[in-house]
Amino acid sequence: MEKPDLVVVGNGMAGARAVEEILERGGGRQFRISMFGDEPYGNYNRIMLSHVLAGDDAVHKNDLAEIYLNPLDWYADNDIALYAGVRVVRIDRFARKVFADDGTILSYDKLIIATGSRTFFPPTDGMWLDDRTLTPGVFGFRTLDDATAMLDYAAERRTAVVVGGGLLGLEAAYGLQQHGHDVHVVQSGPTLMNQQLDDEAGGILRTVVERMGITVHTGKRTAALRAHDGSVSAVVFADGTALDCDMVVVTAGIRPNVGLGVISGLTVERAIVTDDQMRSVDDADIYAVGECAQHRGEVYGLVAPLWEQATVLANHLTGADPKAAYHGSRIATKLKVAGVDVAAMGVKGPQRPDDEWVRFAEPKRGIYKSVVIRDGRLIGAMLLGDTKQVAFLTQSFDRGLPLPEERVELLFELAGPGEEQGAAEMDESVQVCNCNGVSKGELVACVRAGTHTVGGVMTATRAGKGCGACKGLVRDIVEWAVTEDGGEVGEDESASWYVPSIPMDKPTLIAAVREQNLRSVSQVFAALAPDGEDAASKMPLTSLLRVVWNGEFVHENDAKFINDRVHANIQRDGTFSVVPQIKGGVTTAEQLRRIADVADKYAVPMIKITGGQRIDLLGVRKEDLPGVWADLDMPSGYAYGKSFRTVKSCVGTDFCRYGLGDSTDLAVKIEQQYQGLESPAKLKLAVAGCPRNCSEALVKDVGVVAVDDDRWDVLVGGAAGASVRRGDVLATVDGHDEVVRLAGVFMQYYRENARWLERTYDFVPRVGLSELKAILVDDRDGVVTGLEERMQDAVDAYHDPWQDGRDPRGPGQFADNLPLIPLPQVPVRRAADGSLQSSAAGKIGARP
Amino acid sequence: MTTGEVTGHRVAAAADLPPGGSRAYAVGDMQVAVFRLRSGELRATDAVCPHAGGPLADGQTDPTKVVCPLHSYAFSLADGSCHNGDYAVRTYTVREEAGEIVVECG
Repeated sequence: MEKPDLVVVGNGMAGARAVEEILERGGGRQFRISMFGDEPYGNYNRIMLSHVLAGDDAVHKNDLAEIYLNPLDWYADNDIALYAGVRVVRIDRFARKVFADDGTILSYDKLIIATGSRTFFPPTDGMWLDDRTLTPGVFGFRTLDDATAMLDYAAERRTAVVVGGGLLGLEAAYGLQQHGHDVHVVQSGPTLMNQQLDDEAGGILRTVVERMGITVHTGKRTAALRAHDGSVSAVVFADGTALDCDMVVVTAGIRPNVGLGVISGLTVERAIVTDDQMRSVDDADIYAVGECAQHRGEVYGLVAPLWEQATVLANHLTGADPKAAYHGSRIATKLKVAGVDVAAMGVKGPQRPDDEWVRFAEPKRGIYKSVVIRDGRLIGAMLLGDTKQVAFLTQSFDRGLPLPEERVELLFELAGPGEEQGAAEMDESVQVCNCNGVSKGELVACVRAGTHTVGGVMTATRAGKGCGACKGLVRDIVEWAVTEDGGEVGEDESASWYVPSIPMDKPTLIAAVREQNLRSVSQVFAALAPDGEDAASKMPLTSLLRVVWNGEFVHENDAKFINDRVHANIQRDGTFSVVPQIKGGVTTAEQLRRIADVADKYAVPMIKITGGQRIDLLGVRKEDLPGVWADLDMPSGYAYGKSFRTVKSCVGTDFCRYGLGDSTDLAVKIEQQYQGLESPAKLKLAVAGCPRNCSEALVKDVGVVAVDDDRWDVLVGGAAGASVRRGDVLATVDGHDEVVRLAGVFMQYYRENARWLERTYDFVPRVGLSELKAILVDDRDGVVTGLEERMQDAVDAYHDPWQDGRDPRGPGQFADNLPLIPLPQVPVRRAADGSLQSSAAGKIGARP
Repeated sequence: MTTGEVTGHRVAAAADLPPGGSRAYAVGDMQVAVFRLRSGELRATDAVCPHAGGPLADGQTDPTKVVCPLHSYAFSLADGSCHNGDYAVRTYTVREEAGEIVVECG
């Protein structure tokens, strides 16, 4: 009896793999096999195309033996009739025949469609010469011909633009860059490889790619190609910009080749729809496999699912396992794109509120890892730069294995110890830090030698200073070892650093600044910061220089927060709020008149009585600030800085029937003395004339409450903002002068010792009330005189910053940096009549 | 990088931007923030923070990034990517030419 005919349309990786699987199951004896491939080669490994392009040693374009999966001999050896370079154009399902473009007609009993997919060329002006011919210099990156044509063309060219920043695009870019081309990758979305990576990982990949010298453009939609002398010369973007180039590679996606299926009456959605046996849902004798097949709504573009489909197909077709069924693939990819290891599986990020999402990013080294866990099972993972954990993660993902309680263990190779093995049980010889070769024993020895902080041990042994993956384990071991020793783990050093870029706590830093006479933030960076300038450190360093040198330091505008550059508080729309000083909350008719005039003159959109008993003019444009100040002719109220702000008061003894002390007068005195003082965080004060506490002095950074005739409680560390804390009574003292002096001693101590942005409500409990009393009231350490002197220096250096308005510090101090499009998003409020109107009027600042 | 239809716009005198200085300029209907780093090098990005419209030229910089003054989103001066959020700004080629600052954009 004659063998039934098996015809395979498509000689790519899917078709060939299916045939290999069939042969393996004895299909060679069952069927007479014919294969059509429209490329004139045996089948080759498409994944290797990027190596061909990159000119890797293993695969040279003139010697492509390495890239072929099956040489032509293979077809002959297995009695396969290969029709290479022949395209099947139609299937007659009723006659069971295929018709090819060279006139060949073959009968089939079983048919496999494995036509794969082709490059998708987005509709773009200038892309095509005619219906079938791309403009010279424009390439897809899909076939061996594409790769070799690109190489030939590129040899004479310099600048290439790759349209599409996915996997293939990056491979193409990398390949061309290896040949010394200027390569630009253009991605219409914000993220490279957005199919596999989330935005953060994409951002890190971008940095890595750019470090290789490839230029990346995101958010650029390609609108047209321009040609010169008949070949491509520029890519034009939707935003009107353009990029000159000699060649363009289009990698904006692929489309399944389904024309044959459509013509032949098979159900085609995105691809040919199949059942679980990979058969067309319309015809039990026609199978589809690979990128042209759609199974349960999914079309796969990677090899792993294709292998699985080919296996099921072969099992079913040969009868090796008639019940074989494909249930879809959980896609786990591990690949090297442009020299970077990338692995991705499952979902990219959490999809439900209770999904767990554990992430680690080390952008500098190009490393990003994340896992998504639902109901204790791994449903997604992403690894960039370091894929050592991929085997473990893939297993967990594929099999739904139980996961370690410490989710972070999913991300790192925790050298040696098993999941349940803690720091205590580990053998001393186990290597903890693989980067620097540090064992548990060495960590323990370091602790025994007296280092009781995690940071200290890490510095001493260099453990955790490489990739950082072992830090958690190092911490565990140090904590365990210290406790074993009966000690207590010290606070981490870096936690005590004043700024992240300089490894010193505040007193050490102050000493170094004084000793080395560092008078500008640039000098501090140059002298003390190992890695130089750091934006986040600038504002705290400026503050520190103010405290150390009072007026005597070099102002650097870029080292100040915008509020400190222009002495006003930036608002959400980029305008500013202006709060003149109103000491103790006591003002005059004349001041009020002036404020009203200024508000009129500058069309101030909102005038607001503040919580600090002052008047706030909101919505002032930056360039108007000098004029506003000059017309107000009042000093700054410092409502914008990390500084001494305001002293509220109650009515006190002059008018109040209950007053015990003259709170308004004392409040004015305190504010007069300490106005504008730089501090680690804002200082809000109040004075109350009796314990009824109308000025809320119990919840202020420094609160003063009259408890008897001119006898005052001085409270510190109170707050009534995001935190609410009643101040602690530092001392009870007699007379205004003593209140002013003690408040000054406390504030100077706070200035010199508090961390950046540490409010008194954190500082006081941290140091401890009894300690503060001992130092500041009892002068246990003999430092009070020094504090008083340094505070007096600071007071003497007071300078009203609004005088800057007359003499700007450098060009552009008050230049509007919100250019020029009508703005305000904040409505104008007019008093209490309920009327609300937009202040737009087309003139303030800008925002699109 | 070679560019077509991307022209250089003179936006200001070089003296406008001392080291550490930053300003926003209107270039056609675009708004570009130009920064002069402490090293003297120039950088340029979109002037408007994509998060909430903050003026980036009022932000703080170091050699690698600018931090928006409103909510502290930090953007790379090299590629405009955001260090701490899902945003990005465009960056522009900027240079000093005959005492003037020239920004290249369309």
